[in-house]
Amino acid sequence: MSAVLADMPERVAPATTKAIAPSKGGRPWTFYVLATLFGLYVIALYGPMFCIYVLSFQDIRGGLVFPMKGHSLHWFVDLFTQVRTGDVKGSFDRSIKLAVIVTVITVVVSFLAGLGFRKRFRGDTFVFYMMIGSLVAPGLVLGLGTGLLFQALGLNASWYTSALGAQLSWTLPFGVLVMFAVMSRFDHVWEEAAYDLGASRWQSIRLVMIPVLAPGLVAVALFGFTLSYDEFARSLQTAGSLNTLPLEIWSMTLNVTSPSLYALGTVTTIVSFIVIGASLGSIVLIQKRRGSSAKG
Amino acid sequence: MQRVDLGMKNDRGDIELAGVCKSFDGVTNVVDGVNLRIADGAYCCFIGPSGCGKTTILRMIAGHEDPTAGEIVIGGQNVVGLAPVQRRTAMMFQSYALFPHLTVRENIAFALRVRGQSKTDRLRAADAMIEKVRLTQFADRLPAQLSGGQQQRVALARAAITEPRVLLLDEPLSALDEQLRVQMRQELRRMQQELGITFIHVTHTQLEAIALADLVVVMEQGKIKQAGAARDVYAHPHDRYVAEFMGGQNVLSGRVEKVNGASFTLAQAAPDGIEVPLQARPAVSVGDKVDIAVRRDDVALVRPGRDLPPGCTTSLPSRVLAIEYQGYFVKVMLDTVPDDEFVAYVPEKTFFADPFTVGDVVTATWATGSALPLA
Repeated sequence: MSAVLADMPERVAPATTKAIAPSKGGRPWTFYVLATLFGLYVIALYGPMFCIYVLSFQDIRGGLVFPMKGHSLHWFVDLFTQVRTGDVKGSFDRSIKLAVIVTVITVVVSFLAGLGFRKRFRGDTFVFYMMIGSLVAPGLVLGLGTGLLFQALGLNASWYTSALGAQLSWTLPFGVLVMFAVMSRFDHVWEEAAYDLGASRWQSIRLVMIPVLAPGLVAVALFGFTLSYDEFARSLQTAGSLNTLPLEIWSMTLNVTSPSLYALGTVTTIVSFIVIGASLGSIVLIQKRRGSSAKG
Repeated sequence: MQRVDLGMKNDRGDIELAGVCKSFDGVTNVVDGVNLRIADGAYCCFIGPSGCGKTTILRMIAGHEDPTAGEIVIGGQNVVGLAPVQRRTAMMFQSYALFPHLTVRENIAFALRVRGQSKTDRLRAADAMIEKVRLTQFADRLPAQLSGGQQQRVALARAAITEPRVLLLDEPLSALDEQLRVQMRQELRRMQQELGITFIHVTHTQLEAIALADLVVVMEQGKIKQAGAARDVYAHPHDRYVAEFMGGQNVLSGRVEKVNGASFTLAQAAPDGIEVPLQARPAVSVGDKVDIAVRRDDVALVRPGRDLPPGCTTSLPSRVLAIEYQGYFVKVMLDTVPDDEFVAYVPEKTFFADPFTVGDVVTATWATGSALPLA
């Protein structure tokens, strides 16, 4: 959602500092209460992850619990060299590939759905609820059902067929919801203006809609990617014989008893941050390019 | 500027609407049988309250809506079903609809871009147009970095670069503040004369319409109430609706008491009734209910017992309800007629030579010839 927030228009009126009572210089006591509350919230949110990251940097004597024993990158090396830790590299590859496929499909379908819902049509509410209804289905059940369906049809479950389908049932509704929020900021008179100036449908989409909506489309892509990259429940029964990364981590928690498990957590987090950073960076770049071409 | 060849035969921008109807729900006509001729190179204003169908007519001429019935002829060719580019019309949208991601130059060059003109050509053409609307120093800005007036000029330039024969403007001044509105009004007129093409401008502001238009078209509920030169529509409204909508008129109604050749007498609170010349109106007979209009600036106020000015035969005893100073004139509201508003615009100097106060009893009068019978 941060991408969507980052893309909020600047025309929101600046908040006045004197909304309630004129400030007398000091902060009211409620400020300290709320600040403490927020501090606790941040600790609850990031503390557990931080434990994992810290413990992954222990040396060879390291165990699964505090206290920390030395510091080294031993368990990162161990992660990629030891066979007993499982197929980390293979599952990582699969997860990234799957996430990319899911992202592309999610962006394309959500964009087309956004186009379709520009105007009201008969039964549009029904279609809309049909699209997002699957969100309420428990992921495990949905995955189980997908697995059963593939079995009944005599198809082999694998990460790029059944797991892809199961994940799309999760990312598409989200993508559509985000897309609708994005589309609500698109003024359709722009399309009309493009038509008036002689643009074909395709030109109007290519030269007006996509560029105007680009930051929103990046947000949809980011959603699709992260939802797929750490999707577990729906993939559990649908990934077939080869695991995706979350499944691999899960199976490791059952049989790996070394900090290399934590090292894996650290590595996957870094990957997530790189993806999010790249997305936000591209949004900033899009906006900056507009800004700088404007100043030139 | 290089002309974009669109295979259109002529540059004539005369428009004819013949029996044009538009219905969105198949039941009620938003535009109901409109017939109108607009001369090539005219500045035409459609005016009416919101929902009267004026914008729908504009959009039908522009090619953004298709009429349910009737013909729209531009330069002698029926254009119904053609795209805006084929009609050689261009529209300036109410909120300007500038593309937010494109600079002023790119916005203006957009129409040439979708036509496949090379980048150098189209940017050169855009720069020429930017100069014409005096935006050279803003060429690289984004729409969001421009003021309302500058945005309007970009919108105008973007529409004009296609060299349309008709430019359609949907409430172009409504997004601007009062001062800018007057300024941009002049600019629109200047551009129209410079381009030498037909402008059709939709507004709900009477002042705007009569200040700009060669042809004022007053609409109500999908129908044209009156179309004519600005002075004609303002000074000689056809009926009560037009008189009240264009403003500046007092409308009175009453029954015909007496018909005497070229004039008739309207029964009213006045001791001797109101004498009204027939003018262009078809004959009336005794007992008919008739509306008449008297311009507010034709009404003179006289203190009771004083002589009426020469040429005045009507005298309506009234009481002053309210007084508003308007600068060069003073607006005096009177209780002359029971149900209708009655107002006199008294020149400032006349008023302050012998000022009235609220509650004063006065006699409202006017030169007999200035009463206008309405249809």
